Amino acid sequence: MSINRRQFLGLGGAAVAATALAPGLRLIELAQARSPEEAVTSLHRWGLLIDSSKCADGCTSCVSACADENGIQSHNRPATDAQWIRKVTLKDKQTGHVQTLPLMCQHCEHPPCVDVCPTGASFKRADGIVLVDKHICIGCRYCMMACPYKARSFVHEVTTGQKSHAPRGKGTVEACTLCVHKVDRGDGSTACADACRKEGHQAILFGDLKDPASEISKRLASQPSTQLRADLKLNTGVRYQGI
Amino acid sequence: MAHVHYQKIEGRSAGFYALLAVLGSLIAVGLGAALYMEHNGHWVTGMSNQVIWGTPHVFAVFLIVAASGALNVASIASVFGRQLYKPLARLSGLLAIALLVGGLAVLVLDLGRPERLIVAMTYYNFKSIFAWNIILYVGFMGIVAAYLWSMFERRFNNYTKTAGMAAFLWRLTLTTGTGSIFGFLVARDAFSSALFAPMFIIMSFAYGLAFFILVLFAATRWTGRPLGDVMVVRLKNLLGVFVASVLYFVVAYHLTNLYMTGKHDVERFILLDGGVYTRLFWIGQILIGGVLPLVLLYSKLGRSRALIALAAILVIAGGLAQMYVTIIGGQVFPMPLFPGKEASSSFFDGVVAAYSPSLPEILLGIGGIGIALGATAFAIKILPFLPQSLADTDVDPHHKPG
Repeated sequence: MSINRRQFLGLGGAAVAATALAPGLRLIELAQARSPEEAVTSLHRWGLLIDSSKCADGCTSCVSACADENGIQSHNRPATDAQWIRKVTLKDKQTGHVQTLPLMCQHCEHPPCVDVCPTGASFKRADGIVLVDKHICIGCRYCMMACPYKARSFVHEVTTGQKSHAPRGKGTVEACTLCVHKVDRGDGSTACADACRKEGHQAILFGDLKDPASEISKRLASQPSTQLRADLKLNTGVRYQGI
Repeated sequence: MAHVHYQKIEGRSAGFYALLAVLGSLIAVGLGAALYMEHNGHWVTGMSNQVIWGTPHVFAVFLIVAASGALNVASIASVFGRQLYKPLARLSGLLAIALLVGGLAVLVLDLGRPERLIVAMTYYNFKSIFAWNIILYVGFMGIVAAYLWSMFERRFNNYTKTAGMAAFLWRLTLTTGTGSIFGFLVARDAFSSALFAPMFIIMSFAYGLAFFILVLFAATRWTGRPLGDVMVVRLKNLLGVFVASVLYFVVAYHLTNLYMTGKHDVERFILLDGGVYTRLFWIGQILIGGVLPLVLLYSKLGRSRALIALAAILVIAGGLAQMYVTIIGGQVFPMPLFPGKEASSSFFDGVVAAYSPSLPEILLGIGGIGIALGATAFAIKILPFLPQSLADTDVDPHHKPG
């Protein structure tokens, strides 16, 4: 194939333009991801949608995945062992209908734990994730008294096998972080949601409640869902279906 | 009224040193218990992720509540102008500070990270009632110290009424804050009631005065100071009024809850089938802490000082029972997470949580009482807190011996 001079110039110009523009276009994409130095913004609100009807009785994959991901080890002392996520079985008092669901920190918009914390160790990030700053937690446990979901655990003994992304410490309070390290890395999921999907149940969906194009927002907009203790008006980031 | 003469106690007797030794060993054992708990972590206690605040909180909150109440005798003198109580005002202020220090020590030593106390003093979340309380506690000690100084230093006597008023208002705020720690907990059925603030105030009147009467009896008796019936009868009757008021608030609190269908389960638990909590409520809080003291104080039995002292001891025992039922009973009862459903899980959802106080917790709590009483005993030796005489003719110039 032969090209004349005019065609050559045209193609060459297009190629130059493409090489010049491509990094720019790529940059737009990069700019949308957050760099570690960049502050978290309230443009996102991360949350979960949990479909209790898809949650299998007897399956605890989400619980063990959370423990693996965050380095939570059992001391075989159920009363004092930490539980960031637990499977709850519900039986309707009237009808006897039984169902199960995973329960964890609900990442409230108005978290009572943050309200009561004397030092500000309990805090909510701009993107809605509720965390404990282990450096200024004095272990007073008032947040545990205030949490309506029993979502928090006190570290009752020396911890071993810690993960660098999930620091823990004896004498401080901890809870589900919504796998904040994965969120910040841009994984777009949590350990529990990944594990549930791997099991084929797909009962847990992670996503951005503020992005109308996200799957979680679409499902919440088109299907009925509920908040636990909605009467407290905490506007939880974790929503449930099928209860 | 004749000028009141205050004098330090001599504090050289074998009995005094024995008292200090006993209180000192209570403190040492309490500190040892705290060290043991902190070294191993809280799993060695009876506390858990279900019962988050245990026996140390029972003692700590009790002592803090009693502290503000112990100031009452001074307030009656300075704020309400009852001269009869003036000779007791110094001891009242001292006991208030000492009880608060004892309670706070227990509270701090039960923290997961007590060594971070400085963090609690430097990082404040002003929406937290706990943070307000830290300011209220520290402020209380400062204001009562200034109040005491105005009483001790003759040049500042003119300021006693102002300082006394400030201390009185501050103590009302403080106990409101302490009660609100529980009153603000919306998630738990047993708490979440505005009644906690006034109820804690009236509880403080009773507990604080019970401590005050016991300390006054012991101090006057052991130092050979006269204590006349005029004073004793006033204090005894006052204690009776306070104990009856506590009972009134307890009735109002439970009646309110009983009217709300949603709170029937928790009321049934506390009042009827809660096992040890029901027994502690009826036998400990109501019978020992309320009915028996009223009988002792208002019947002919109230003529005996030994029985008045017994009534004060019963008020303290009943008060501890009341704190136990309130704090622990309120936690062991499951939270209403899923109304209309029975919940169960590996995390003790939907069941009454198990709790039994461990020895270190109890020893730490008693250590707090040791700190309060030890500090009081030491202070009356180094500063003139006690009047030389509380004989009838000294406290009431119009008294006619009958």
